[in-house]
Amino acid sequence: MDAILGGVNWELLALSPPGWGGNLLRGLFNTIQIALGAYILGLLLGLGGALGKIYGGPVLRWSLEIYTTFIRAVPELVLILLLYYAGTDLLNQALEAMGAERVDISGLAAGIYVLGFVQGAYATEVLRGAMLAVPPGQVEAGAAFGMTWWQRHRRIVIPAMIPFAIPGLANLWLIVTKDTALLAVVGFSELALETRQAAGATKSYFMFYVIAALLYLMLTLVSNVVIRWIERYYRRGQPELS
Amino acid sequence: MQWYWLPEYAPKFVDGLFLTLQLLGLSLFFGMALAIPIGLVQVTGPKPLAWAARAFCTVIRGTPLLIQLWLIYYGLGSLFPSIPGIRESFLWPVLRDAFPYAIFAFTISVAGYEGEVMRGAFRGVPRGELEAARAFGMHPFTVLRRVWLPRALQNVFPTLAGEMVLTLKSTPLAATITIFEVYGVGTIVRQETYRIYEPLIFLAGIYICLTGVIVLIFRWAENRIPRTRAA
Repeated sequence: MDAILGGVNWELLALSPPGWGGNLLRGLFNTIQIALGAYILGLLLGLGGALGKIYGGPVLRWSLEIYTTFIRAVPELVLILLLYYAGTDLLNQALEAMGAERVDISGLAAGIYVLGFVQGAYATEVLRGAMLAVPPGQVEAGAAFGMTWWQRHRRIVIPAMIPFAIPGLANLWLIVTKDTALLAVVGFSELALETRQAAGATKSYFMFYVIAALLYLMLTLVSNVVIRWIERYYRRGQPELS
Repeated sequence: MQWYWLPEYAPKFVDGLFLTLQLLGLSLFFGMALAIPIGLVQVTGPKPLAWAARAFCTVIRGTPLLIQLWLIYYGLGSLFPSIPGIRESFLWPVLRDAFPYAIFAFTISVAGYEGEVMRGAFRGVPRGELEAARAFGMHPFTVLRRVWLPRALQNVFPTLAGEMVLTLKSTPLAATITIFEVYGVGTIVRQETYRIYEPLIFLAGIYICLTGVIVLIFRWAENRIPRTRAA
């Protein structure tokens, strides 16, 4: 029991160096940054992927099918390592081919790229489903008004599909915030890794992991509130979901 | 691409595969056994129980599995030795091993996610069917066993297949607490041979096969469920 009660040593959480509070907050900040970046990248890839799957020719459709199937069947940890090495290798080869210097990719950029690529596969499926759920009559009405393909998508398909996509996209956001923890395994200093270092250095494993869990939980709960606002905004005028 | 290392490490991969399947099977079994009551009390249980189940699901689903795993293995694990006499007790060999901690962590994770799925599943069974069962004079447990649970499971069968794949994909996390399942064996190969891509690609292939097997098993089982199709 002593270890549990003695474990809550508030001095260890002080914000300045003898305490580890500052490190944890910096980790949390990195986590949020990586999650946001990866989410936005995933959305862009997903939008492109969904359009490609719906309108693309056979080659594009099949490559996207392989992309989504492969990403969704392989554990994130394996993907993170594969994409990290493959991505930095390809980038450096490309740079060398262009006669530029090799670069070291920052942990932040690598984390965003790796998780974003993974998110893109899931987002493709979510957005594709949402696009197909838009009643075709509405799009045809747009075409009848003489709107171009681009106008039809900007004015009709994308706004109309948002309510269908929100539950899936909200889920993806919650997944990516938690997936950032996996980057600890490859050594990016986000919240999970900062926590592990703090726990290892002070030997108060229990306390630090509980605090990290609480920080992640807080992130999720705050996200839930924001998601509810967004959903209420985009579903206005539509019947309530039970 | 060089695969010379494969024959040498093949037996280790087989052991690792066995460990992965053990982790998956045990945590799914215990996790589902917990998820059914967790889902049920949220639909019909007394308020405090329903509230506790809801809080459990929120906490489990709101924190990364990696943190849960480390909290249980390093956190709880570091507290046990301070209990007097525990090193002499029969529990010590179990508490010293990483495997039970991993099973425990994966079990509560499965229970949290699947509890949420089962809540929706139990709620989705039409009331008329339950009322009909009660009208036949069935005991509440008989209603659950014969009507409510089978109908609920049937409705979420495809979801459960997806969740099982997600659980499979989270088993590599066990490698971070010294359990050498398939992914762990892969990291050993990477460290010992300095090959970067081949072991990772091999691992990806193994997981794709496992996912395929799960999908096929569920599709086969799904086709065995009799259902009336809307004409």
